[in-house]
Amino acid sequence: MNFDLTNEQRDIKKAARDFAVGEFTDVAREYDLNETFPEEIIKKAKELGLVGLFIPEEYGGPGFGYLEQAMVLEEFWRVDPGIGQQLCTISFGVEELLLYGTEEQKKKFLPPIFEGNTIFGFAITEPDAGSDTAAASTTAVKDGNDYVINGSKVMISNGTKGTHMLVYCLTNPEEKSKTGRHSIILLETNRKGYEADRMEGKMGIRCSDTASIYFTDVRVPQENLIGKEGNGFIQLMNFFDRSRAYVAGHAVGLAQGALDMAIKHVKERKQFGQPLGAFQVTQFKIAEMATKVETARNMVYKAAWLLDQGRPDTKLTAMAKLYACHVAVEMVDESLQLHGGYGYFNDQDIERFYRAAKVLEIYEGTKEVEKIIIGREILGNLK
Amino acid sequence: MNIIVCVKRVPETSEAEITIDKSGKDIHTEDLVFDINEWDNYAVEEAVRIREKEGGTITVVTLGSQESQDTLRRALAMGADGAIHLNDPSFLGGDPYATAQALQAALKGKLFDLLLTGVQAGDDGYAQTGPILAELLNIPHATMVTKVDIDGKKARIHRELEGGLEEVCEIELPALLTIQTGINEPRYVSIMGIRKAKQKEIREVLIKDLGLSPEQVSAAGSLTELKELFLPPTCKVAEIFKGSPDDVSIKVIDILKEKGGL
Repeated sequence: MNFDLTNEQRDIKKAARDFAVGEFTDVAREYDLNETFPEEIIKKAKELGLVGLFIPEEYGGPGFGYLEQAMVLEEFWRVDPGIGQQLCTISFGVEELLLYGTEEQKKKFLPPIFEGNTIFGFAITEPDAGSDTAAASTTAVKDGNDYVINGSKVMISNGTKGTHMLVYCLTNPEEKSKTGRHSIILLETNRKGYEADRMEGKMGIRCSDTASIYFTDVRVPQENLIGKEGNGFIQLMNFFDRSRAYVAGHAVGLAQGALDMAIKHVKERKQFGQPLGAFQVTQFKIAEMATKVETARNMVYKAAWLLDQGRPDTKLTAMAKLYACHVAVEMVDESLQLHGGYGYFNDQDIERFYRAAKVLEIYEGTKEVEKIIIGREILGNLK
Repeated sequence: MNIIVCVKRVPETSEAEITIDKSGKDIHTEDLVFDINEWDNYAVEEAVRIREKEGGTITVVTLGSQESQDTLRRALAMGADGAIHLNDPSFLGGDPYATAQALQAALKGKLFDLLLTGVQAGDDGYAQTGPILAELLNIPHATMVTKVDIDGKKARIHRELEGGLEEVCEIELPALLTIQTGINEPRYVSIMGIRKAKQKEIREVLIKDLGLSPEQVSAAGSLTELKELFLPPTCKVAEIFKGSPDDVSIKVIDILKEKGGL
C-alpha cells in the first residue's frame, strides 16, 4: 500500500494551483456576479492541457487518469468553484466516447477539444426526468440514414456555448425493461433545429453556462450513435461511476478553499484581546474541519484511483460523492460562521463559496440518489 | 545557443508568518510552501524564449536537498532539456562563495554561451552567487538584466539602475547574466510539459564527482558566517494624518517626494 502521490501527480496539482491562482483570483468575483462566461481562461486551460486529463494522448489529450482529473479540479475549485465548474464541463460526457465510441468517433471528436474550439456537453436532465433518468422522453426516431430528435432538456451545462452535445434520447419506447429504452447520440449544436436558452440566475457557480435546450426535428446521421442502441441507460450509469469521482473532487477543493479562508481569518481577526484562533473553541472547530476535508480527499482519491486501475467501484464512488459534497456544504457553513458578519458580504470569497456549495449535493446524482446506490450495493434488492 | 540556468528551491515567505528556529540562524520551514525562486523562474523563461529564437539546449542546475528536484522538474516542464542536481548533504549550508565554488566545479569544461541566474534568491537575498560564479569561471557578467538580445557572439542587454534608469550594454559571450523579475511573463507549466519532463534526465552529482574536498564547500568553504537571524523589531513610528482627504493626500505626496518615492 502506498499513499504517496507520484512526482507527476504532485507537479500536476501544482500546475493546476498556479494556473488557478494566477488566472482566477482577480476575475472570479466579478465573473460570478455578472455571470460572465470565462472564454479566455478556457482557451488557456486547453492549451496547457488542464482539461480532460483522462483523455488519452492518442486522441490529443493529456493522457492521465481520473485521479489527475479530480486533482486538477480540486485545485481549480479551491480558488473558484464557478470557473472550476466551467473547465470541468469542457470535456463533460466524453467518457461515453472513450468507453463506447468507435475508433473513428474518438479520432474525429476528441482532438478538437485541445486543438480547436470544441466544447462538450451531456444533455440528460429533462423537465420531468431528473433523478429518474429512465423517464427521459426526448425522442430519437430513425428516418433513412438519420435519427430525428425531438424534445427538450433543462439545466444542461454548455447548452449555449457547447459545440458538441451528447443527448440522452428515447429510441426504444416499446422495450419492456426501462433500462433498455434509451440511447446516447452525439450531435453538433449547429445542426438545424437545435435551440438553447441560457438559464440565468443560478445561486452559485454563476459564470458557468447552463441552458434549456429544445430539439425540433434535429437530424443526426445514425453513425453519431455512441455505443449500442437501447444501451443508453447502462452507458449512462457507467459514465456516472466515472464523473462522480471527479465531481467529488470539486467538493474537496471547495471544502479546502473554505477551510483555507477560515484558517486565514481566525489567525488575523482579533476579538476579546486575542486572535480567534487562540480560543480553544476555534481550535476545535478548525481541527474538525481539517479532519473532514482530509477524510473526504482520501475517499475521493481512492475512488478515482480505482477507476484508473480499471476497477470502478460504484459503491465507493457514490460514498465519495455523498460524503465529500456533504463536507463541502458543511465547511462553507462553518467557515462563514467563523467569518462572522464580514462573511455575509460579497467582497469576501466565502460568500461566493457558500452559494456555490449547495449544487454539489444536487447535480451529478443528488445525495439521496447516492444513498440509494450505496444502500442497494450493501443490501441488494430486498423484496 | 547553449544555455545553463542556475535555480534554487526557496520557501514562499511573502504572505507567511516567519519565525526563527532554535539555532537562531534559520527560520522554521515546516509549514512553508516551497517553490522555484521567483527570479530564477524569470531566468528559466528567458532561456526558453532565447532558445525558441536561437535554437540550442537548456540545462538547469541546482544545489540543494533531495526536494530541490521539484524545482528542476518544474524547469524541465517549462522547456529545459536536462538538469544537474548537486545532491550531496556536504554541499549544504554554504555561503554564496562556497555555492559558487561547487557550481563552478560542476560547470567546468561545459560548453555554453549563456549562463543565467536570478538576481538574488528570495530566502537569503545575497545576490552574490551569480557574480562570484562568473568570476570563478572567468567569464564576463552583468547583473539586474531586464532585456536580452542575442547578436551572434555578443548579447545586447538592458540593466536596471537606481532611480528608474536603465543602461544598455554589449557583452561578449559566453557570459553570465543575473535576471531581474519582470523581464518577461513566465509561462505556466503545462500538463504536456510535465509529461515530457518525465523523459528528461536529472543527473545527480556528488562532491566526489567534482573533485572537491569537504573544506571547499558548505560552511567550511565559506568566506562569511551567518551569526544571527532576527525579525525586524516592531517600531512605533507610524504617523496618522488627520484632516480632509485633499489635505492628507498633499501631505502624503510631499513625504513620498521627499523620500524619493515619486
